[in-house]
Amino acid sequence: MVDVLKAFLLGGLICVIGQLLIDLTKLTPARIMVCYVVTGVILGFFGLYQPLVEWGGAGATIPLTGFGNILAKGIIKKVNEEGLLGAFAGGIEAAAVGITAAIVFGYIMAIISKPKIKS
Amino acid sequence: MARKLGSQTYTLDNQVVILAGAAIVGKKEGDGPLARYFDNIVDDEYAGEKTFEAAESRILRDTYVKLLEKSGKAATDINFVLSGDLLDQCTAASYAFRDANIPYFGLFGACSTMSEALVLAALLIDSGAADNIVCAASSHFCSAERQFRFPLEYGSQRTPTSQWTVTGAGAVLLSNQGQGPRITSVTPGKIIDEGIKDANNMGAAMAPAAADTIMAHLRDTGRTCDDYDLILTGDLGSFGSTMLRELLKRNNIDLKDKHNDCGTMIFDLNRQDVVCGGSGCGCSASVLSAYILEQFSQGLLNRILFVATGALLSPTRMQQGETIPGIAHAVCIEA
Amino acid sequence: MKTLSKHEYQKLVEKKAPGSNVVRNIFAAFITGGIICAIGQLVMMTVEKLGADKETQAAVTSIVMIFLGAFLTGINLYDNISKFGGAGALVPITGFSNSIVSPAMEYKKEGYIMGVGAKMFLIAGPVLVYGIFASVIAGIVYFIWKQVI
Repeated sequence: MVDVLKAFLLGGLICVIGQLLIDLTKLTPARIMVCYVVTGVILGFFGLYQPLVEWGGAGATIPLTGFGNILAKGIIKKVNEEGLLGAFAGGIEAAAVGITAAIVFGYIMAIISKPKIKS
Repeated sequence: MARKLGSQTYTLDNQVVILAGAAIVGKKEGDGPLARYFDNIVDDEYAGEKTFEAAESRILRDTYVKLLEKSGKAATDINFVLSGDLLDQCTAASYAFRDANIPYFGLFGACSTMSEALVLAALLIDSGAADNIVCAASSHFCSAERQFRFPLEYGSQRTPTSQWTVTGAGAVLLSNQGQGPRITSVTPGKIIDEGIKDANNMGAAMAPAAADTIMAHLRDTGRTCDDYDLILTGDLGSFGSTMLRELLKRNNIDLKDKHNDCGTMIFDLNRQDVVCGGSGCGCSASVLSAYILEQFSQGLLNRILFVATGALLSPTRMQQGETIPGIAHAVCIEA
Repeated sequence: MKTLSKHEYQKLVEKKAPGSNVVRNIFAAFITGGIICAIGQLVMMTVEKLGADKETQAAVTSIVMIFLGAFLTGINLYDNISKFGGAGALVPITGFSNSIVSPAMEYKKEGYIMGVGAKMFLIAGPVLVYGIFASVIAGIVYFIWKQVI
């Protein structure tokens, strides 16, 4: 249960940073999402994100920075295994599950659901 | 023959009467303060159609049919239809009037389309080119969101200056004969761009155009705000209205209690989650065609200035870093 | 007639514009983001109990969370969650899912190929493009660094 609380706290905090960016800067949500994922790649690359993952679990992996972290870890692993070519394979390989799930579920939802006006 | 007054106003010599008006709106609008004035309220955002664009055309077409019914005129009596909407290629209007069998002019003035239609129609009738003209405009929240902003189910938060695109259409029948409020002068507006870049702050983008046109009209006619019962802007919303007052104040014009805005009238800003109020061509069109005409028929209004305002923004140009130009056309309507 | 320059008008607009309720937004983002991550944590712990290794845990958790975002979008609920929680719904991977599922649902009207197929990544595209591009640069930098050391 402590782990769930830690995930709640860390995840909430990471999202608050995003909310501050939305409310206090002129950055649009799309740009903020890009910043998050690129920040995740950079932090992950220097090993600075792993401590957050170890402490907060899903609180670090669920936000988009976690996605960037996965890309960075994937690239390092692949470059270790295959040299320079790994730089082109590692990212997508690591993100494969997430991207594919999004495509599949997106397609299924498109078939079965209809957009409704906001209340 | 229309006569030019001052810099950009035209007084009409011949009679241009608003014979009738009709308006059909969506569920949210039907839940607002003006609900009982509309001819019909459509609960289903698809209006029985498969797509939102088709729904908008359907609502506009039904409004036009209702207008003919209320005016007692047949389609064969109508010389022209002047109409428009917010969508690319004015697609809602062109498909709405596809089977009308009447010469059609598609207009794009963004949310100022209703005024634009009235100005052009009044000049056409006054010149003798036409006897009866239908002026109509529509908008639909869903079709506008999907074109200008995001897919409906996307989780985006509305900013504090944003407005809610009205789902609705309004239509009026202008004629050179009959009883009804008359259009006595028109002031077509110029495009005014004061450099606003925020597509969620259309009120601020349009206010300078509204100020410019209102000032031109008053200057050209030699009148003041006191000569009007109401100066009604299209959809500046609450923040745009604040900016309008600021701009006019700096030119020594005090609107006092003469100003109102269709965007803040069609919704209850406190109860309905619309932030700064309604927007869209259908906003000013439906409020004018339903509520305002009713006020005239009850003798509650004598002379008003109807100034629908438009934000001529293009999503493409905005992404290219451009700013938002605004426009406003004024129509003086008298009992 | 105009007594304000463009610059002065923009400054006036900025001054007079209503501000957002930052405190309320932060609170809502914290709660929403926190709950979504807590759910993710529960999923991960459940998968762990079922005996999966670390890699499988991560994969299954992301599939479940992406499905959750997709499902909530499909039942027209995610936009309400986002209206309340702002960044708390945008930043987690469920938000990524929502940004893919919502255009897929919306553009079905333009057909499955040119609508759903072509426009699915309308909003999420930049995240993928920049994430992958950044990772490639990281990979090249890492490779060069390894050669030099």
